[in-house]
Amino acid sequence: MTLTKYDRPNSYIGSRVPRPNITRLMAGRGKYIDDKSLPRMLHVVFVRSPFAHARIVSIDATAALAVEGVASVLTGRDIVDVVSPWVGVLTHLSGMRSPPQPCVATDTARWQGEPVAMVLASSRAIAEDAATLVDVDYDPLDAVCDMEEALEPRSPLIHPGYDSNLCWERKVEAGDVDAAFADPANTVVERSFDFGRHTGVTLEPRGCVCEYDPAEDRMTMHYSGQAPHMIQVVLAKHLGIPEGRVRVISDDVGGSFGIKVHTYGDEIAVAGAAKLLKRPVKFAADRLESFQSDIHAREHRVRVKAAINGEGLLQALDVDDITGIGPYSVYPRSSGIEGNQVINLTGAPYRIPAYRGRLRVVFQNKVPTCQYRAVGHPIAMAIMEGVMDELAKATGCDPAELRRINLVPDDAYPHVSAQGMKFADLSHQKCLAKLLDLMDYEALKQERDRLRGRGVYRGIGIVSMVEVTNPSPMFYGVGGAPIAAQDGASARLDASGALHVASSITEQGQGTDAMLAQIAADGFGVDLDMVHVKTGDTAVVPYGGGTWASRGAGIGGEAMLQACKALKAQVLEAAAAVLQAKPGALDIFRGAVTDLDGTERMTLADLARMVYYRGNELPAGLSPEFIATRHYKVSDVPFVFTNGAMASYVEVDTDTGIVKLLKHWVVEDVGTIINEQLVDEQIRGGVVQGIGGALYEECVYSDDGQLLNASMADYLVPMSVEMPDIEIAHVMTPTSTSELGAKGAGEAGTAGAPGAIMNAVNDALAPLGCSISKMPMSPERILRALGTVD
Amino acid sequence: MTETMPIRLKVNGEAVSALVEPRQHLADFLRLHLQLTGTHVGCEHGVCGACTVRMNGDIVRGCLTLAVQADGAEIETIEGLSESGEIADIQAAFHRRNALQCGFCTPGMLVTTSELLACIDRVPTREEVRSYLSGNYCRCTGYQAIVDAIVEVAVARRSGSDT
Repeated sequence: MTLTKYDRPNSYIGSRVPRPNITRLMAGRGKYIDDKSLPRMLHVVFVRSPFAHARIVSIDATAALAVEGVASVLTGRDIVDVVSPWVGVLTHLSGMRSPPQPCVATDTARWQGEPVAMVLASSRAIAEDAATLVDVDYDPLDAVCDMEEALEPRSPLIHPGYDSNLCWERKVEAGDVDAAFADPANTVVERSFDFGRHTGVTLEPRGCVCEYDPAEDRMTMHYSGQAPHMIQVVLAKHLGIPEGRVRVISDDVGGSFGIKVHTYGDEIAVAGAAKLLKRPVKFAADRLESFQSDIHAREHRVRVKAAINGEGLLQALDVDDITGIGPYSVYPRSSGIEGNQVINLTGAPYRIPAYRGRLRVVFQNKVPTCQYRAVGHPIAMAIMEGVMDELAKATGCDPAELRRINLVPDDAYPHVSAQGMKFADLSHQKCLAKLLDLMDYEALKQERDRLRGRGVYRGIGIVSMVEVTNPSPMFYGVGGAPIAAQDGASARLDASGALHVASSITEQGQGTDAMLAQIAADGFGVDLDMVHVKTGDTAVVPYGGGTWASRGAGIGGEAMLQACKALKAQVLEAAAAVLQAKPGALDIFRGAVTDLDGTERMTLADLARMVYYRGNELPAGLSPEFIATRHYKVSDVPFVFTNGAMASYVEVDTDTGIVKLLKHWVVEDVGTIINEQLVDEQIRGGVVQGIGGALYEECVYSDDGQLLNASMADYLVPMSVEMPDIEIAHVMTPTSTSELGAKGAGEAGTAGAPGAIMNAVNDALAPLGCSISKMPMSPERILRALGTVD
Repeated sequence: MTETMPIRLKVNGEAVSALVEPRQHLADFLRLHLQLTGTHVGCEHGVCGACTVRMNGDIVRGCLTLAVQADGAEIETIEGLSESGEIADIQAAFHRRNALQCGFCTPGMLVTTSELLACIDRVPTREEVRSYLSGNYCRCTGYQAIVDAIVEVAVARRSGSDT
């Protein structure tokens, strides 16, 4: 690794310092949403539709209202008077449609678990008691669940006035795909894949506490989420409160993963109830309603066809993806981005001259789906890498070698894919080479082959991948969504010499506050314990997007670096006047103004006290500003991609169908690394969530749209005993779009792991003449693939 | 509202008496009556382990134990274990290894870890640690850093007791 300007002694950028802000979390002193309590606060329990599709005939709340402690029962018709419905489409996803969605159903419930009424009482337990007494008369309608049947002409329609259940269709074509498939000199393979629905299962369920001050028309929402400024706009717009009078506060967030970046009807209804009743209202979802109302993700059926020529070089790729999104496109990010990423990113690591893609996004009577960690990437990477292994098998080429010769070379950037995606500063070849070295690929293959002779079925799966990070306004803002692509940072020196910084990005456990503190300490010149970070409060922090799409370090971090550099320049200007020196001859190091050779001239505390308390001692005309603010957005490219390579080593028990994960390796290029420990833990956590989708996690539905496994006992998430150790290495190619050079790190693990596991399982099954292409790869599905069960 | 029953117990060494509904579980009692919000509620099915507390010296699920069952019991929560310093070495290792991200599972994870390290008289293998932690879910870390931290503490405690 080459030395950078951050490698000087006492640099915090690039060092593995422990997160300063987590000791209180370990002592039980966290402030999660359900820990919040306010005077006169009411607790809400939602009455949720037991049917996937039903007309609401009538609601009788008489018995519920008679329960001691119940303050109110509100129906969708009550709430729609204070919260206007929304439409979850983006204008740049041309042709997408979704009807107005009320935050609580008014006439028709369209998924099992959709809120129908809300009971407000003095405790959650009383509200739950009363909710069972709310008498809702439903007229059940036919439920539309299978996404392909939903598009058949005879299918029941979910939305009256629409001619079909299609939400959006997109087609892309570049180059002569058909000619490549018709060329007899080419090898052509075709595979179909099924990806089940899963969900985020944040260990802290969603929730919020809303308080409304009618005297000043002010709404405050304490929420467990990732994008306070976006929710501020949503509340203002749909409750009719001036935006400046809405404050959104996000304290400790118990896991998020994209689940908590969306607009949820139940949460906004809580604000509506607080406004109507003029009392604080708390909603803390229990696990059942988390499964029934947190966004779900994935659910794709994809057909992929690919051709390589006699030299093994990719010639064409054809992808047909159908994805089910529930009854509404989720507001305001839309439910089209996931499928769009599949179409845009399949094959991204490789040179492919001809490409055809079709995406169909379909309404259905299930929980709405939307962006969850790695958005579309797990699908795009798994299908391409699955096809690469199929091509390797068809031609007898080694899977790693086939990837190596097809990767976009490290010296070929900038590169534009057939889909029109722009890539820069990537290192696919270096990452793959490092991965093969890290895992000792040749020795591993020999071990696998040796064990096969003894009836032990082990397999190796490899993935080369990209990940969208640091999105520009081309992601959401261009489509009309009130979502900032830029982030702001402020830095302020107090009278004690401490540095107070604030940022519009948010902390959900990934280490945002620590990363910001490291950049601030480094950029300004103080010790880490002199930095105090504030995030997650729209009344206090600069305006910006929040933490999602792996943008915190790359965008929020760059804004912080620039703010601290600006503050440093301002402080040195004042110091120079006081010390009768030139600003360029001074520096700030470990809390003191120094000469460039490091000789201390005066402490920041002495300077600050002089400025704040004894301004009379300052030279005439000097009016120091010890606060600076900077904003940053990516403007050169739509996205700053990262890349990486990953491998999985598994053993399949052919008697039980159980997959044992033996080892997992990741080589990732996230550009400049601010804290390697935090990056590695993001990758590990991401890999494990990807493993969950590949092997365990699935929202199982009956044919009539009943979610059958809505508890943690029935919905399987990865447990410690099943997880492998994950070895990580880095290639570091800083992005040239910023001074800091950081790309995102939060999602790559989830993006690549499912494809690596699926390829490893299929490699293990190969000698038995069978394969699997449906996730999660449960023991039952593997036994079916083996033909040992029907 | 259902009838309440009186209970008397010790929580983190302090005597407590309260009137509780028989249906109220221990985690809700600790959170709602005593504002000991470090005990978290993640699933209320006894699966995730976020509500793990110590009762009469053994770890229990706070969501599967009724408050009335704790009548006469001694309860220790993350707040008490932190303030007494009993788990300080485990907390320090979790900090060094970044064995927590969002921190929601962490109090339960730490209470479980304290029991694992108390009930085994040697350094556990990584597999044994992973197996013991299977009743505590973490969605953030992928578990590896947690296993690293626990093994580190186990080694340090053994070498400390040998000298």
